[in-house]
Amino acid sequence: MANEVCLRTLHLDRPWLLSSYESEGGYEALRKILTEKISQETIIETVKTSGLRGRGGAGFPTGLKWSFINRSAPGEKYIVCNSDEGEPGTFKDRDILRYNPHALIEGMIIAGYAIGGTAGYNYIRGEFWEPYERFEAALQEARDAGLLGENILGSGFSFDIHAHLGGGAYVCGEETALLESIEGKKGQPRFKPPFPAMFGLYGRPTIINNTESLASIPDIIRRGGEWFRDLGVENSGGSKLFSISGNINNPGVFEIPMGTPFSELLEMAGGMKDGYKLKAVIPGGSSAPVIPGEQMMELTMDYDSIASAGSMLGSGAVIVIDDRQCMVKLLDRISYFYYEESCGQCTPCREGTGWMHRVIHRIENGQGRPEDMDLLDDVTQRIMGRTICALGDAAAMPVAAFIKHYREEFQYHIDHKKCMVGGR
Amino acid sequence: MSDQQTITIEVDGKKLEATPGQMLIEVTDAAGITVPRFCYHKKLSVAANCRMCLVEVENAPKPLPACATPVADGMKAWTCSPLARQAQKGTMEFLLINHPLDCPICDQGGECELQDVAMGFGGGLSRFVEGKRVVKSDDIGPLIATDMTRCIHCTRCVRFGDEIAGVREMGATGRGEHMKIGVYVEHTVGSELSGNIIDLCPVGALTSKPFRYRARAWELTTHDSIAAHDGVGSNIHVHVRNHQVMRVVPRENEAVNETWLSDRDRFSYQALYSEDRLEKPLLRKNGKLVEAEWQEALLEAAGILKDADKARLGALVSPSATLEEMHLARKLLAGLGSDNIDYRLRQGDFRAADPAVPWLGQTLSAVERNQAVLLIGSWLRKDQPLLNHRVRKAALAGGRVMTINPVDYDFNFDLADKRICAPSGMVAELAGLARALGADTAGVSADASDAHQRMADALKSAEQGLVLLGSVAQAHTDFTLLRRLAANIAEAAGLDLGFTGEGANSTGAAMLGLGSGLSCGAMVTQGLDACLLLNLEPEADMANPAAAMAMLDNAKVVALSTHLGSGLEAVADVVLPVASFLETAGSFVNMQGDMQSFNGAARPVGEARPAWKVLRVLGNLADVEGFDQESVMDVREELQAAMGEAQPDNRLPEGDAPAPVLGSSDLQRIGGTPIYNTDMLVRRAQALQHTPDAWKAGLRVNPALAQALGLEDGDSVVLRQAEAEITLPLAVDERVPGGCVWMPTGVPGSELLGEGFGAVSLEKA
Repeated sequence: MANEVCLRTLHLDRPWLLSSYESEGGYEALRKILTEKISQETIIETVKTSGLRGRGGAGFPTGLKWSFINRSAPGEKYIVCNSDEGEPGTFKDRDILRYNPHALIEGMIIAGYAIGGTAGYNYIRGEFWEPYERFEAALQEARDAGLLGENILGSGFSFDIHAHLGGGAYVCGEETALLESIEGKKGQPRFKPPFPAMFGLYGRPTIINNTESLASIPDIIRRGGEWFRDLGVENSGGSKLFSISGNINNPGVFEIPMGTPFSELLEMAGGMKDGYKLKAVIPGGSSAPVIPGEQMMELTMDYDSIASAGSMLGSGAVIVIDDRQCMVKLLDRISYFYYEESCGQCTPCREGTGWMHRVIHRIENGQGRPEDMDLLDDVTQRIMGRTICALGDAAAMPVAAFIKHYREEFQYHIDHKKCMVGGR
Repeated sequence: MSDQQTITIEVDGKKLEATPGQMLIEVTDAAGITVPRFCYHKKLSVAANCRMCLVEVENAPKPLPACATPVADGMKAWTCSPLARQAQKGTMEFLLINHPLDCPICDQGGECELQDVAMGFGGGLSRFVEGKRVVKSDDIGPLIATDMTRCIHCTRCVRFGDEIAGVREMGATGRGEHMKIGVYVEHTVGSELSGNIIDLCPVGALTSKPFRYRARAWELTTHDSIAAHDGVGSNIHVHVRNHQVMRVVPRENEAVNETWLSDRDRFSYQALYSEDRLEKPLLRKNGKLVEAEWQEALLEAAGILKDADKARLGALVSPSATLEEMHLARKLLAGLGSDNIDYRLRQGDFRAADPAVPWLGQTLSAVERNQAVLLIGSWLRKDQPLLNHRVRKAALAGGRVMTINPVDYDFNFDLADKRICAPSGMVAELAGLARALGADTAGVSADASDAHQRMADALKSAEQGLVLLGSVAQAHTDFTLLRRLAANIAEAAGLDLGFTGEGANSTGAAMLGLGSGLSCGAMVTQGLDACLLLNLEPEADMANPAAAMAMLDNAKVVALSTHLGSGLEAVADVVLPVASFLETAGSFVNMQGDMQSFNGAARPVGEARPAWKVLRVLGNLADVEGFDQESVMDVREELQAAMGEAQPDNRLPEGDAPAPVLGSSDLQRIGGTPIYNTDMLVRRAQALQHTPDAWKAGLRVNPALAQALGLEDGDSVVLRQAEAEITLPLAVDERVPGGCVWMPTGVPGSELLGEGFGAVSLEKA
């Protein structure tokens, strides 16, 4: 049941080639749309039926997002693919770009067709040089085969895609900061509303989807919305890529149906490394609240199950933590990341991320103060829900969750000036 | 608009009326409900980055920024509910953790938005115990002091540059806590409106450099006044300590200067206390000016005026003198039998009569709505910065702004079309455009080119538009012909005709009827026996300085002046020290015809006295009737009666247009007066003289001409005009058309030269 959608070419030799993709049904969906002149409404309805939710982390229903665009508005409309993949622990989109770039290209063309646009941009994370080159090569293959560019397959429909390599800022994974970055400006999120569907890239109506979401589109069209939906479970249609890392034997990317128990995923990843005990799991990238290990073992990998434990499925980046790890040290590192990556635009995030990190850092280094726990509680509350974009929440949520579940470790650090685990 | 619907929202339990599309903060501001804010400014785009204006809105899961929340019918919001207060206090704490506690040495202390809001929303003690952020400050020029450690990143200054000044000079670099507002590569902020970021900055990050450490906000008294350096008539607050002007800031008047002020109007006050400010009367004795008592000087002055042959008695007054001063000067001369009084000091051509009262031809706010604007002989951006701002708004709204100029002056918006030609070619350009419009070409034979046709189409298709003659056109030797052609163009296209004028009170001077006797030009060419000068420097403020100086050298000269320059030192027989516009009561009529009166803000320096009082005494001493006014109000009533029903009126009197006289010589001069050389105060404002806009001593030619003459940038060159010759450094400037030398009037070196336009020669020194 694995590798049904985005990674379905993975078993082939050189799976990234157009021939490999076409041997697995690639571009059939596009050909069908263009020859049968399937209506935009039908495509959007199919995507809605599939239950596909945004794979970048927010989980917003993709079909619904597409329906927000005023397709009859005059002028250009854009499809933007978010391949910035900055969330620590996430490395799935990189594998799509490396091993199945044509699925993304076909998905973007279909999306462009569905909203009446003629141009797409793929914003690729700055560090992804190799995937960037492979994606560019795939674009050229598609153009040469008449699948991309002017008058695709003689249908009269034209659509082209431009790859854009980012500059290496986490915040540019935020969709409006990404648009600013493409426009050549400082990567800072825009205030919303207006939303990109109204005022997006260069002020035009724009749809921004994650790489995995767009790469899932061709199979949804080819095999039907119901087929995709039924791969998964209620409210979490389809299969999903999980990037699993941490203290496990076989870290990597696994495409499995939504609703697969975490325990099975852990088993696929080779189980706990060196037989240590599972202590905790960060289920959806570093901004997702941490879940204690025993609780996690009861959960399934879908939106509702993870949410029921107070966390989120996010981008599907599963970070497995064993019982040798100090949660204070871990949070010190996570909070440092958000402190460094805040764009600096709005006050709570610019000032608050640095403050949180400094407090956690001093606790980790044996200089914590008795009032620090309350201070951290308070500062996280003053950041959450107060910022222009979700980075503030992303920075505050892990802090709140670590303290909620592992308060005694922090208190031990403050009281004893040393670590509870390992006795450092 | 009448068809605009009104909706009702409820804020803190109070029902408020609003219009759809308004942001919540606009409605609360109008209702007097205080919502704290830093980044929001009504004249700038919404950034919503400071998060200080968070309020609670019904059904919203989290507090929303009032500055970026559009109102909706039936919306309920609470600005000081526990949730709103908690959010606002949270933001306040974040803003303060890295803000230095240096209020005692900060110039913003006492008038700081952060300080004020912290009083209401800040905690008494900081919970932040780590080291605070320190940020290096850029040197951004002589006007603005930077202390970027104090910056709270509201980006008002960044948005101002982008949206108002039209030059992106400030920007944010770096991420997160390392984000820094500054100039990207260290350089001087060069906008002519740059000082406004001092007002916009809510903290002490950007403060006035000339004002730095001079006074505390609470030591200052505020006086309302009117700025005196352009025809806009910006409303200002003058801040005074111990009877001295410490600084000038804008006073909001939506119909005039909105909330802005040009740097020239903001920093000119420095000249009040310059070294050569006159503090005592001066009398010429044995060929030298020596200090004298008022009584003696006044008697001497009255004697000179009274004894002169009335046909050869005249007065030249600054176009930025007050109505009261102009009125009394004219009355004094009239009492002595002369109506030779003029204010059009830099006008280059008097061959045809002026319109009754030249003015802008539109209101300032109407300028924003023009669909086409034709600028003729005008560096509007530097000449009338806030009028230019209105034109810029028209351009941004899609209006087509076109120029016919002798220099490719830079603008802060895109020009739809521009015709750059030597001064002698401007007549043909206008005639070509007139021909393209099917208008009378005033006897000039001309062909319409494609460009003329394009411009004509743009002018014709505009429902509302303006043909504006600037100060360079007014100084032009063929001004009256240019004016006739401009009027014909405006009429044929169905647009308004306008003039920017020379000073703060040109329109007022015309309403008083000044200029009805001998014109300034005629007084210079025909010569006078006695001349009254009011606040002008003949070597810098006249159309033809050399001729004016020669004429005055042969006349008895009574000068009322704030400062003593080299010209007055050479020609004046009596110099009476008078108050500057900030030290006297007076009135100006701005270019849209508003009469704006003001009182003196500070005490005149030394023994200087308000000029209207000096003129009144002179009237008495010269035995002229009607000089018994006891207050400035008496003078004002009298002058208003004298103005009668005079109204701004740009209709040209009937009459044939003169033939062009400016020939296309091998090499011709381009005059005009740069932004910081326009009057005696501005020329002495130290900080302004150190900005990039200050004219660097020298003349400018384009690269091709420099090469043809074998000259390089920085070479010393000899410029000859008629009999005069001067040696100056040469600068190569691509904006100058071929065959021309850009050598303005009013700048160092120009004193010895003749009029701003005409044949010159140039060679290596």
